[in-house]
Amino acid sequence: MGNDFTSALRPAIVMTILFAILLGIGYPLAMTGIGQTLFPAQANGSLIRDSGGKVIGSTVVGQAFTSERYFQTRPSAAGDGYDGLASSGSNLGPTAQALTDRVKADVEKRQAEGVTGAVPVDLITASGSGLDPDLSPAAALAQAPRIAKIRGLPETRVRALVAAETKGPMLGFLGEDRVNVLALNQALDRLGAGPAQ
Amino acid sequence: MTIQGWILIFAFIGILLALTKPVGLWLFALYEGRRTPLHALLGPVESGFYKLAGIDPNAEQSWRRYAVHMLLFNFTLLLFTYAVLRLQGVLPGNPQGLAGVGEHLSFNTAISFTTNTNWQSYGGESTMSNLSQMLGLTIHNFLSAATGIALAFALFRGFARKSATTIGNFWADATRVTLYLLLPLCVLLTIFYIANGVPQTLAGVVDVSTLEGAKQSLLLGPVASQEAIKLLGTNGGGFFNVNSAHPFENPNALTNLVQMLSIFLIGFGLTWTFGKAVGNTRQGWAILSAMLILFVAGVSITYWQEAAGNPILHQLGITGGNMEGKEVRFGIAASALFSVVTTAASCGAVNAMHDSFTALGGMIPLFNMQLGEVVIGGVGAGIYGFLLFAILAVFVAGLMVGRTPEYVGKKIEAREVKLAVLAIAILPLTILGFTALSSVAEAGLAGPLNKGPHGFSEILYAFTSAVANNGSAFAGLTANTPWYNGLLGVAMWLGRFFIIVPMLAIAGSLAAKKYTPESAGSFPTTGGLWVGLLVGIILIVGGLTFLPSLALGPIADHLAMISGQTF
Repeated sequence: MGNDFTSALRPAIVMTILFAILLGIGYPLAMTGIGQTLFPAQANGSLIRDSGGKVIGSTVVGQAFTSERYFQTRPSAAGDGYDGLASSGSNLGPTAQALTDRVKADVEKRQAEGVTGAVPVDLITASGSGLDPDLSPAAALAQAPRIAKIRGLPETRVRALVAAETKGPMLGFLGEDRVNVLALNQALDRLGAGPAQ
Repeated sequence: MTIQGWILIFAFIGILLALTKPVGLWLFALYEGRRTPLHALLGPVESGFYKLAGIDPNAEQSWRRYAVHMLLFNFTLLLFTYAVLRLQGVLPGNPQGLAGVGEHLSFNTAISFTTNTNWQSYGGESTMSNLSQMLGLTIHNFLSAATGIALAFALFRGFARKSATTIGNFWADATRVTLYLLLPLCVLLTIFYIANGVPQTLAGVVDVSTLEGAKQSLLLGPVASQEAIKLLGTNGGGFFNVNSAHPFENPNALTNLVQMLSIFLIGFGLTWTFGKAVGNTRQGWAILSAMLILFVAGVSITYWQEAAGNPILHQLGITGGNMEGKEVRFGIAASALFSVVTTAASCGAVNAMHDSFTALGGMIPLFNMQLGEVVIGGVGAGIYGFLLFAILAVFVAGLMVGRTPEYVGKKIEAREVKLAVLAIAILPLTILGFTALSSVAEAGLAGPLNKGPHGFSEILYAFTSAVANNGSAFAGLTANTPWYNGLLGVAMWLGRFFIIVPMLAIAGSLAAKKYTPESAGSFPTTGGLWVGLLVGIILIVGGLTFLPSLALGPIADHLAMISGQTF
């Protein structure tokens, strides 16, 4: 037993150091080099810049939309909402009173805005990350009447825009129909009637 | 539930079944120490490592020596990571300028990653520097996985060898698995993840002016390289707080599928390797069949419950399944599938918040872990955990027919059964003991976010996840406290090494035995009867042990949910 222990000391210490160099430094740095060379846009966060070069978002990560002029994003538990440094879900369980209260308030708000019938479930539930970039097409379409009214656009045009921005499942069975909210709102701004004040 | 959802689930299983033999063959080459095509490139690295560390890879080790070397290596790694985390503030690679990680959190995290648990008491983005993620955590993702596979190899040798005193060489097993399996696959996976939008940079925070004119800060970092091994090694420790639900960790449905496949890939392969090692691949397929029966049953329940949704919310004028805590790009089917995969394996990565699942939908991940994560299971840990149940199952079969039980040519005697029970008993003892303690102690009761039975589920889930070395959470629990960091740290250590040591003792004991050829009186361990017996034993042991605790948590929660009771 004693010999088992002493014979293990040198390998344990040296292998820790060698693997730390190989796996903890060599591997991630080599991958960073390859990523930055082959896919620089994605490796740096798939950032979107405006004409002046200012970063306005990422194609991958969601950002908050709370204005009535835009398609609004899902409720978010990340910080004060869509905080990129504090990703989080609500973690409320199915029987939490706090969940019922929050959903009830949001449903009433949506109904006051003119959503008729059942409210799409993703529009009133917080995502897992708090940074969900997408909405279901139903959740976007539910907001079309409000946006059409505020922006003075025909509702059919707003609905057509949602349809144009809707992406289907990958390879036909992976994932759900979804609309990237940032892309949708950028398209909305391009449609006319200028950005929010 | 949708047809598309079921297509996903069965396509997922189909892809893995197609990969089982190729991966199993590759693992078998490593098990035997054969030369692979990758030796041309990485062979010099392997031999260089041995030379510097004074290792003779051909020196066979007894089970005791194998265990001591494995333990000391893991303990050294633990100290190393503890030091890296504590010194984070003065080390480079810290673009956010984060301070050193606190004592009890470093203790918890170092154990968490050493034991392949990857429980996150911390939020990655607010706690860990880039260097800590790379040097402190990524390295464990490789080596705890390699340790698990090495241990499985050791047990396979116990079954395969005849009248032998040794079970292999730990250093050779762990190094070969790392260099010829984990590292090359991770290079490919990392490139795939980057191409799909997972960041890989040494930069820190990027400031964004949103379309509405607000400021949003996005954290970048070496995410993809961590992501690849996080899933392949069934570690599960994410770069960000919300793990694979974060769009930067898991940007689309395709990366999500690849992540789920990565979690199961090696576990599927190892069942085949086991069969090959003991000279009959049907033994491996029988094990895999039993695992798949339990897996499909679990997925079906969780998917059904999540798709049915929360009746309390339906009363408020909402239709559809449960989307609280889920991402639109994955939807309900892929989130339910991921949750069952990650807890069947000992991964613990999450792409949706299990805490917000429906009561029964969230019970399946919990129950998967309580079964000991033997449904595919963690890399290596799954198959050796499963073989402990197999020993128990042949013992029960032997009792029924009144013969000394045999399994794959080895007589199973009192010593093996006692050791197997010892290893299996650590789960209920630690899970139920620590949960009970935390349910009465003030410091424990301060943890849960949710009230009522769901709060109890949060505590139960935490200790189950820790002991089973899973690492997923009902994340509402505030676990970054001295009470939980301390107890969970101890639980993770017990759950890993107090199973491993008896398991290695079994390996040593089996290796020493003579080969007993199959006779007319042997219980056949390849057919449907055997598969049924295995499933039955696992469910009975797991069910009888944990049903009372499940009744207090998820089942009570479910009854409240369907009767409209909130807390």
